[in-house]
Amino acid sequence: MSSQATTAEGEAPQFYELVPHHHAPHGSTQIGFWIYLMSDCLIFASLFAIYGVLGGNFAAGPSPEHLFNLQLVAVSTGALLLSSITYGFAMLDMDEGKKTGTLVWLVITGLLGAVFLGLTLYEFYHMIHEGAVPQRSAFLSAFFVLVGTHALHVTFGILWLVTLLVQISAKGLVPANKIRVQCLSMFWHFLDVIWIGVFTVVYLMGMLR
Amino acid sequence: MSASTSHDTLASGTHAHPNPDAHGDGHDHGTRRTYLIGFALSVILTAIPFWLVMADVIADTMIATLVIMAFGVVQIFVHMVYFLHMNTKSEGGWTMMAAIFTIIVIVIALSGSLWVMFHLNTNMMPGHIMNPADLI
Amino acid sequence: MTNEFWSFIFGRLTWDVLPIHEPILVVTFIVVVLGGLAVVGALTYFKLWSYLWKEWFTSVDHKKIGIMYMVLGLVMLLRGFADALMMRLQQAIAFNGYEGYLNAHHYDQLFSVHGVIMIFFVAMPLITGFMNYVVPLQIGARDVSFPFLNNFSFWMTAGGAVLVMMSLFIGEFAQTGWLAFPPLSGIEHSPASGVDYYIWALQVAGVGTTLSGVNLIATIIKMRAPGMSLMKMPVFTWTSLCTNVLIVASFPILTAVLTLLALDRYVGTNFFTADFGGSPMMYINLIWIWGHPEVYILILPCFGIFSEVASTFSGKRLFGYTSMVYATVVITVLSYLVWLHHFFTMGSGASVNSFFGITTMIISIPTGAKIFNWLFTMYKGRIRFELPMMWLIAFMLTFTIGGMTGVLLAVPPADFVLHNSLFLVAHFHNVIIGGVLFGIFAGINYWWPKAFGYKLNTYWGKISFWLWNVGFWLAFGPLYVLGLMGVTRRLRTFDDPSLQIWFIIAGIGALVIAAGIAAMLVQFGVSIFGKNKEWDTTGDPWNGRTLEWATSSPPPQYNFAFTPIIHDNDAWADMKARHAQRPTKDFMEIHMPRNTGTGVVLAGLSVVLGFALIWYMWWLAILSFVALIGAAIIHTFNYDRDYYIPVEAIADVENERTRLLSGAR
Repeated sequence: MSSQATTAEGEAPQFYELVPHHHAPHGSTQIGFWIYLMSDCLIFASLFAIYGVLGGNFAAGPSPEHLFNLQLVAVSTGALLLSSITYGFAMLDMDEGKKTGTLVWLVITGLLGAVFLGLTLYEFYHMIHEGAVPQRSAFLSAFFVLVGTHALHVTFGILWLVTLLVQISAKGLVPANKIRVQCLSMFWHFLDVIWIGVFTVVYLMGMLR
Repeated sequence: MSASTSHDTLASGTHAHPNPDAHGDGHDHGTRRTYLIGFALSVILTAIPFWLVMADVIADTMIATLVIMAFGVVQIFVHMVYFLHMNTKSEGGWTMMAAIFTIIVIVIALSGSLWVMFHLNTNMMPGHIMNPADLI
Repeated sequence: MTNEFWSFIFGRLTWDVLPIHEPILVVTFIVVVLGGLAVVGALTYFKLWSYLWKEWFTSVDHKKIGIMYMVLGLVMLLRGFADALMMRLQQAIAFNGYEGYLNAHHYDQLFSVHGVIMIFFVAMPLITGFMNYVVPLQIGARDVSFPFLNNFSFWMTAGGAVLVMMSLFIGEFAQTGWLAFPPLSGIEHSPASGVDYYIWALQVAGVGTTLSGVNLIATIIKMRAPGMSLMKMPVFTWTSLCTNVLIVASFPILTAVLTLLALDRYVGTNFFTADFGGSPMMYINLIWIWGHPEVYILILPCFGIFSEVASTFSGKRLFGYTSMVYATVVITVLSYLVWLHHFFTMGSGASVNSFFGITTMIISIPTGAKIFNWLFTMYKGRIRFELPMMWLIAFMLTFTIGGMTGVLLAVPPADFVLHNSLFLVAHFHNVIIGGVLFGIFAGINYWWPKAFGYKLNTYWGKISFWLWNVGFWLAFGPLYVLGLMGVTRRLRTFDDPSLQIWFIIAGIGALVIAAGIAAMLVQFGVSIFGKNKEWDTTGDPWNGRTLEWATSSPPPQYNFAFTPIIHDNDAWADMKARHAQRPTKDFMEIHMPRNTGTGVVLAGLSVVLGFALIWYMWWLAILSFVALIGAAIIHTFNYDRDYYIPVEAIADVENERTRLLSGAR
């Protein structure tokens, strides 16, 4: 054998772990969830690619400067940014074991998410009302699907958040719930990151064109 | 299904990991101060590009686009560091590794698609063809 | 009024969609129903339902899930191969104005469903099955990171397979080829249910594949036994890691693309339409960004299997372990840089084509390096020509030729001549059969004794081996020739009578392969039911080198009573060489996950959702979607998910193993 791995004291090597060492529960959950988020990232990457390629194909239909209302986008961006920091406060309270504080901050986060969602829906309603429907052009198809997929993620995030509120109220800040709050935190901040891409590429660059 | 993914991860500790690099202790998520710094930075980094576009500050569209994209990229990094708490150490570096790999794939897929489709359009779109004989 | 009512309930599902005018399908249906009834009857008669449900369907044990994946893959192989036989027969006889026995509608479905099944429901389940079974054992873990998710992933894959099988008798399958390019797959040109079956079957299965990829990556990252640094991982684990990275980083793209195609078909958006600014070419571009990594998803684990086989049966450490690992990692990254070689002829121009032609040639370098590593592993080794080793040698011969025709196709000017021809068909069968399938067969023969405690029958195994090899070249050699002559793929009838002889040879080849499959089934049957079993009492029938051989065959539910500590690449060979003593007392209770039926429920609801969407039964779609979300949420309220195996139970199992081991010596 080339590599005679022996312990530092030169004893015969151990081949079996006779005393199992203690391990943190849910040890793989965070990295597993992170990897899932990476895969979700690629769904958005595909949608951005579609938007990048087809986003200029207006098919003689409306183009961004006719449709987008940057004030509205600024407000919804603000809501989402604010929800990031409130989720951060929820995490800090959770670390200190403050159940009520965690719940309150989570509720505020969820409400801010709902505000964001409401504004997105309002924007969609407004555009559809004006005849800028997803079927109208490849640009509009790509726009609705990219922004809509993000909004759908926010919707699931809120649903998950509500579920967690119930679970924390019922069971308290047990390890299983804590790890869920951490995962949702990653999910929530991940949606922020995606939104930065959306408002930069779709709204701001769209208005520049 | 996204919501269910993490819920359904079963108690995973059927076996633990002894390598010191593998202990994700889960205590690496910021303080009130870092959250506030991150928030302040992201507000600034959002406000400036919005202002640039809404007030029509930069006349040249090309430059404006590049500036806005730069702000976007910086803000994404701010979020990753201050809110997602990315660093080279968490989970023994695997978090960072996964993110870097994903970014590489995204850059390849995005730039590749744009490049391929742009060339396709210049070559194949009838409107751009100067000489119909080229079609043959 | 009543009409409206029925179309509300059943959407566009009517009696007319049942293929009663197709005698072949009717006969198939009758055979399937009779066979199904026989199986159900037998299960009921022997009172096996509750055993199956408790011990298998709801199991979160990675070994049982792995075996279920293998069974699914092998069953679907029979279906996919039946389609292949039918195509070969049609092409062998449809000459001189004779239309053959398949009409265009049926034939077009056949080549589409053949590709879909072979890739998604044969190759994918089989390699996922191996990864599930072997990886935790090789890294000395007791299960995967997320055992419930593993069960759920399997049932989603199975659910996708169920949807594909349904399309045989209810409605039709896509007639678009296995990647369903628009605008042909758009609603205008494919208004029937076929493409919708395609979309939803792949979406359901795709969720399972992606989650199983996440699961296995987390497992390999977090659950390795003490001392197993990355560069001490067995090569199969390495290739599994890279494959799962590819899965996680490419299947989402497929999911996104298929969703967009579905939106085009259902909502009328304009992503891939020819009007209103849509671009069908963008579909082709995106789907191949998934499609090329997919090729490496399939082949990398097989490279891993061959690496294990080469070192075990040569009785040597693998030659060039480090280079093998780096080659795998390089392939992983490069596989994202070659996708355009699938559509050189689309018209992106010389600069684009040259870039992708060059990257394609570059990716063959690490693959070639691997071939040399296996050869040098065998060099001066004490080679035992057992079945897995035979498959390895057949693979190296076959795959190298397939690889070289691939490099030929990577030259854009050559591709302009050969694209869409039977040369291409011969090439990818050459690498997928010669690489992936041969690897799977090597793996089945190699790990069967580990999974079931006895070896597979060698006599029938060798018969199957030779039939497969001879049959393969008979079936696909002629296609190379025909391709060079300019015959395009997916044709149903032919005008030039001089071509017929080549198709007849190919047809004979397909029949020889059929005999090879039959011999393999006989091999399984003889091994399972035969009287003279080659029992494996040691747990190490091949004198193996990696950790899966350190435990009993089949392994106990908890894999290892005491977690091994790793000091060397070939951990088990090292332990044997240094006479590691297996502990036989002082057992500790073991923490294990509990079985759950939620995976079956969620996947079942997904199938219902898919079916409802295919047939426009909107009420059912909404209902099943809500139920799906509801069931997932309810599952999260279950906090009682694990238990401890008591010391006595472990002691019983381990003492029995001690007894067997002493008997064996």
